[in-house]
This record gives sequence, C-alpha cells and structure tokens, in this order.
Amino acid sequence: MADWYRTHVDEPLEQPESNGIKVAVVGSGPSSLTCASDLAHLGYEVTIFEAFHTPGGVLVYGIPEFRLPKAIVQDEVKKLEQLGVTIMTNMVVGKVLSIDEIMEMGNQAVFIGSGAGLPMFMGIPGEGLAGVYSANEYLTRTNLMKAYLEDYDTPIIDSKAVAVVGGGNVAMDAARCATRLGAEKTYIIYRRGEEELPARREEVEHAKAEGIDFQLLCNPVRILSDEHGRVNGIECIRMELGEPDDSGRRRPVPVEGSNFVLDVDTVIMSLGTSPNPLIRSTTPGLEANRKGCLVVNEDTLETTRSHVYAGGDAVTGAATVILAMGAGKKAAAAIDAALRPKNGDENP
Amino acid sequence: MYKITAKRELNSAVTMMEVEAPFVARKAKAGQFIIFRIDEKGERIPLTIADYDREKGTVTIIFQKVGLSTIALGKLNVGDYIQDFVGPLGKPTDVEGKHRVAVIGGGVGSAIAYPVAKAFHQAGAIVDGIMGFRNKSIVILEEEFNAACDHVYMMTDDGTYGEKGFVTTKLQELLESGIQYDEVIAIGPIPMMKFVAVTTKPYGIKTVVALNPIMIDGTGMCGGCRVTVDGQTKFACVDGPEFDGHLVDFDELMSRNAVYQEKEHRSTATHMCRFEQMADQAMQTGGAN
Repeated sequence: MADWYRTHVDEPLEQPESNGIKVAVVGSGPSSLTCASDLAHLGYEVTIFEAFHTPGGVLVYGIPEFRLPKAIVQDEVKKLEQLGVTIMTNMVVGKVLSIDEIMEMGNQAVFIGSGAGLPMFMGIPGEGLAGVYSANEYLTRTNLMKAYLEDYDTPIIDSKAVAVVGGGNVAMDAARCATRLGAEKTYIIYRRGEEELPARREEVEHAKAEGIDFQLLCNPVRILSDEHGRVNGIECIRMELGEPDDSGRRRPVPVEGSNFVLDVDTVIMSLGTSPNPLIRSTTPGLEANRKGCLVVNEDTLETTRSHVYAGGDAVTGAATVILAMGAGKKAAAAIDAALRPKNGDENP
Repeated sequence: MYKITAKRELNSAVTMMEVEAPFVARKAKAGQFIIFRIDEKGERIPLTIADYDREKGTVTIIFQKVGLSTIALGKLNVGDYIQDFVGPLGKPTDVEGKHRVAVIGGGVGSAIAYPVAKAFHQAGAIVDGIMGFRNKSIVILEEEFNAACDHVYMMTDDGTYGEKGFVTTKLQELLESGIQYDEVIAIGPIPMMKFVAVTTKPYGIKTVVALNPIMIDGTGMCGGCRVTVDGQTKFACVDGPEFDGHLVDFDELMSRNAVYQEKEHRSTATHMCRFEQMADQAMQTGGAN
C-alpha cells in the first residue's frame, strides 16, 4: 500500500507557513529524519547537517537494498526538502562545525541523531589482516558506495567463503550481503546458542533460508593468514553454556581442545559499536554515560546542555530504526514545547 | 559541489590543486586531511591538506596520480567541480613547545611534510627539513621547503640532485653530529617511515609518522583505516593520522593497503572508459562537469 502510494502518487507537499524559528538536526538517519519532518510540519526552519555525501544515515549505508530499497529513503528525503528542510551534506559536526557554532548560526535548538559510532573488534590475533572488515565497513562499501555495481569505483573483496562474527540483525544483513555478492559459503559464528541470538527471529529465518551456515556455541580464537597477510581461515573453539551471567543469560564457556578451522577468505566482525566521541568531545557541558552514550532527560530527550536534544543510537547504543524514529518524534515534540512562540497571534 | 580554482603540475605524476571549500578552510590545520569523491560513482579518497587560505575559503591538495580516483581528479581543470570535499578530518599535528625538530618528506610525502614544517616554524621551532626523491626529475616543493625550514637537506637515491643517499643517511649524520631534536616527523612511503623510526630508536627521540591507510567515512564509523599501534587497534581517521613511529605495525599497514591492488589494476581500465565518456559529454554540452 505504502509502496503503491509512493510510486503512483506524486503530489508535491505544501510547505507549511514558517514560524521563523531555526532548529538544527545533526545526522540524517531515522531519528533525525523523523525529528526534522515533525518540526518542519510545525513550521520550524530546519537544517540537517549530514557527515556523509548522501542523507539517510544507517538507512543508506547499513540496511541493504533488499531489505529497504534506497528509492524509498530518497523519496522521504525529497518530501523533507519539499517541506522546506535544508540538507547540508559533508558536514561532520564536531570537526567542520561545533554544536556551539551551530547555535551561533541562529538555531534555537539542536537535535543530535549522530548514530551508533565506532565498530568494535574482538582483540584476537589476525584482526588487522587484509580481508577482515567491520560489518559497518562491509555494509557501507556495499550499500552506500555500491561496490557491487560494475560502474561504481569502490572496491570490495570477491569473497569465496565468509565468516560473519556476531548474532545480531547487522550480522544477518552482512551475511546475506556476502551471499548476494557471490560468496559460495557464508557462516555466522555466534558464541551462544540459537535461543540467545539477538537478531529478530525473522532475520534469522531469512538467513537460514538463504543457506547461511550457523556455527552456534562457537567463538573465534584467531584469524589465520597466508604469506601476503590476507585471511585464509578462522580458528574457532566450541563453547558450552555454563552458569547465568550478569545479563541473566547462561555464560558461554570454551570447551578445551575443541579448536577447529573454518576455511574462509573474509571475516566480518559484527560485534556492535561504541558511540562516536566527535561531538561529545567538542561540546562543553554535554555529558555521556560510562559507555559514551549521551545522557538525556527521558521525558524530553534534552541533554545536559540546554536546548540540545539527542536521540537514537547516540543515546541508546545500537538499537532499532523504530526506536530511533520514536525518539525523533519525542524530541520534536519537546523542542516545539520549549520554543513555541508564547504569544498566540505569532503562532498561526 | 566544490570548484577548482587553481591547478599546477608539480612533476609528471604529482598535481597541486586549490579547491573552493570555505567550511574546510575555516578550521583546517597542518596534519589534517580531507576526503573527496569525484562524482556520483566515485570512491571516497583521503588526501592531506597541503595548505589553506581562510580568507579566500580555499584548500590546497597535492596528490600523486596513482589510482582510479586520483588519475580522474588529475584530469579536471580550473573551473571544474568536485562532487564532494569534506574536512578537516583527523587530529592536527601537535606543534607547540618544540625547540628543534626534523621534518622528513619522502617523494609525494613531501607534500604532507611541507605544511607540517611550516606549522612548526610558525610555532617557533628550529626546523631541519630532509627531502628525499628517487631522482632529480621528480623533486617537488623545494622552494616551499626552503621557505618553511631553517635548513633543507635534499637527497636523491641516484645522486642526480642534492646529495646521493636516502633520507635516513642524512638523518643518521645529523643525529651523530650531536643535534638534539625534540621530535622527528617522517612522512612518505611506508618503508621510509619504518626506517626513520629504526634510525631514531637508539637515540630515544620521539618519532611521529603520518599514516595513509584505506578509509571510507573518515569519522570512525567504518574502522577500515585501523592500524595496530603498540598492540592496540587505532583508527587513523579519528585517533591519527599521526602516530608514534616506534609503536606502529608497519608490515600490517603495508599488507592492508595492498588489499585492492589487483582489483584496482583491472578497474582502472573500466573507469577510464567511463571518465572519457563523461569528458565527451562535457565537451558536447559545452561545459565541464
């Protein structure tokens, strides 16, 4: 239904009457696009600052085309522009501009939806070999830079056999991309069991249906190299579930002497991310928790800096598109409540 | 879109370009880099900022035409536009509080060493510049180095210009003569940086190298540019690009940087076809790009 509407109905949106109040949005992923859209509908003059060359955030670099066609994202972005939202790409906030400078440009509030951040690695030998990717890099090369298309310049390794380490939704996306890119064998390596897989059930089923080999209760020990410093295998150890840990899940413990080697030429680490410090380290008074996630008032999503709001993965750590969109909505409402002109006749 | 405002060929393989990028020029500092993307289908390629003019809002880049995107960039001219140009990225060089430094540039690395030498000089340090090239025909930026350094030592591998020998030959000589450096900064091919670090190690002199790994976003998001420094994983784009040369795993960096070499050779052919088509179209429509 939504798809039909998108391809068959193309009436330009009417630009709401401006209330003359400028608001900035950092990032253009799901939380930012939602926040910008709600504010634009309310008459705010919204500017989006995006670090990449294309807006969309994780919707364009992370989520593969087969799960979310990029035309849908482009369409949503086009609608925002029709609503009068200005999108500035190539703007790495924290480097090109600071939050303070954005405020000095006349913006009355800023929403930070800068996303999840830096990929984590295991710290095992061989992670620096050529042929080891983070899921972020592998997905960005594929989805944003379109490495799979002949006439795009960004390269990606032509893998024959791929091991994806991790059991979340991003790991499923990476594995399914690898298979589509021509890998004859793709493994998911996850240290706990089937029950504990953090990915949505549906994603796991899709991956299985596409022939992805789940090596559960299995953990990488080291990545093996050929004489040119390229991956040619991953050594793993079998695990079994022991006593419950802090998270309440049974802790996986290695089975001594169960080491074995999977014959792969590419390894994709999909172990989650840690928040990007670029903004918090350049914004005095902006507090983050121990994990580096921005601290916000749960009702308004206002940060420890007045009129600076935040939502999405920058606050929660890696989570879902739906949650991020919810945060964008909540912040937009709070920003409107804080900035809405008090005098009735100024606010038609 | 970012307009090219000046262009100069420094030698047959190295080009200097000035690009209109006011947001980059406002904040740029020595040691930082930009990422460009030539067109919609292009790669994201990092290049170090060679110079900037905050008033004019321009940034100067110097690049060697070695790969797909740099060859294509070299074909653009004054008045043409680059699709994307983002920066400044990475940490600037720490130039404060040094009494005397040696800045070493090898080949096209001299283009990156030049702004570093200049920044040290402006911060009040005595700067010894050592420039190394294979032969006379590829020497670049000599005048600029002369202006930015207190002493410049020109070295060529074959002795066709300056003194015959490697940059490490000269560095060894200066160290043996008893000069006390607070810091040695080496920028050039990976083997050169590795050997500079080996040379300074016995003297216990802090040695900084500027690394150029493959990267995509330049903001820490992809982790493609990771290097092992003192056994720890660092991201060159946000933690660097400068690192302690005594702690960098250069061999790993070299193999990681070679990962797409074969593919690149194959795709250069395809790409050049596309680029020539674009050029033809531009000719037909009467304007570049």
